Amino acid sequence: MTSQARDPAELGPRPEAEVPAESCDYQPENPVEQFLRTDRMPHIWCPGCGIGTTVNSFARALLEAKLDLDRVAVVSGIGCTGRVAGYVRLDSFHTTHGRAIPFATGLKLANPNLTVVVYSGDGDLFAIGGNHIIHAARRNLDLKVICVNNFVYGMTGGQLAPTTPVGALTTTTPYGCYEPAFNLPALMDAAGAVYVARWTSFHVRQLTRAMVDIFRKKGFCFIEVLTPCPSLFQRKNRMGEGLDAMKYYKEKSKVRHGAPTSEVGLTIDGDIIVGKFVDRERPEFLDLLRSQLAAQLGDRYVEVEHLVCS
Amino acid sequence: MPKGYVAINVERCKGCGFCVEFCPTHVLAMSSAFNSKGYHPPHVVNPEKCTGCDLCGMYCPDFAIYGWKAPESKNGAKSDAAR
Repeated sequence: MTSQARDPAELGPRPEAEVPAESCDYQPENPVEQFLRTDRMPHIWCPGCGIGTTVNSFARALLEAKLDLDRVAVVSGIGCTGRVAGYVRLDSFHTTHGRAIPFATGLKLANPNLTVVVYSGDGDLFAIGGNHIIHAARRNLDLKVICVNNFVYGMTGGQLAPTTPVGALTTTTPYGCYEPAFNLPALMDAAGAVYVARWTSFHVRQLTRAMVDIFRKKGFCFIEVLTPCPSLFQRKNRMGEGLDAMKYYKEKSKVRHGAPTSEVGLTIDGDIIVGKFVDRERPEFLDLLRSQLAAQLGDRYVEVEHLVCS
Repeated sequence: MPKGYVAINVERCKGCGFCVEFCPTHVLAMSSAFNSKGYHPPHVVNPEKCTGCDLCGMYCPDFAIYGWKAPESKNGAKSDAAR
């Protein structure tokens, strides 16, 4: 358990868990363990960081949705959340900064049988990758986007992100942030996503259900997950540890399903509106592509699946 | 007879305290012991209260704890009565 094999080709032995003396003979494995590259544990996330909690929900949602794991691909960008691609024992890809959506787009178009999950952070998806995500939503490409929002750029030292609320202190706004922040659900709603939800890392069961929903829904689905960043955001703003942030989410979260996304913006100390805001139907990109080409080319059009070796 | 059990992988724990705070039946408490990285892992203080709901496992960001329900077949009568 103490010496971790680092060779990615060789998945190390499962670590043995300590069992209380009173325990019975029957002991199942940790349900999340089969989705982890255990040789890479312990992970680099700080004590009190909520990204690992979202991975728990993701693993349980994969179990519940009963997806064929050989047909699930996880694509991440750069950042703390980008590490998820390296820690899940699925086909995964850790892309360049901001380019998770373009790589995922190529992956989905080349092999439409895959369930492509984009698991990345707010800075990666909405700052450097902002243009990509709005166009993927506009096309309604069948991607499942899980955006972990911790309000700052964590990995690079806590700089201002497009989601940093007004008034927050970061390393690049020592006198307080004065830029208006993105309201991510409103942005995704306007761009054309068919499923938009927001939860926090406190709402583990609801987040799991939302992830099951998006695995079953066709089209561009988006979940924003608020997570604590104890080392940078909370410390700079004197908001305490990760646990204090979780208690804050518990206290301040108001569940409002179907709330107009224009009303769900976040402030530094206001209520956090959570819930499923958008769930609608729009024609999906690949369906549009097929019907258009079939109409124009007739017999000369060959279905994409026939060309893909699965 | 408890309805469930928890297992703790102390070496993975980073002592965030999520499991202790959010356990619905207050089975866990932070221990004063250290793991090899110097964090205080949780320990089980009220094993008889555990329902095996696995909420600790859902919250744990370090995949270091999980719970499971006691099997029905092995002690069928007691488990049924507990339910």
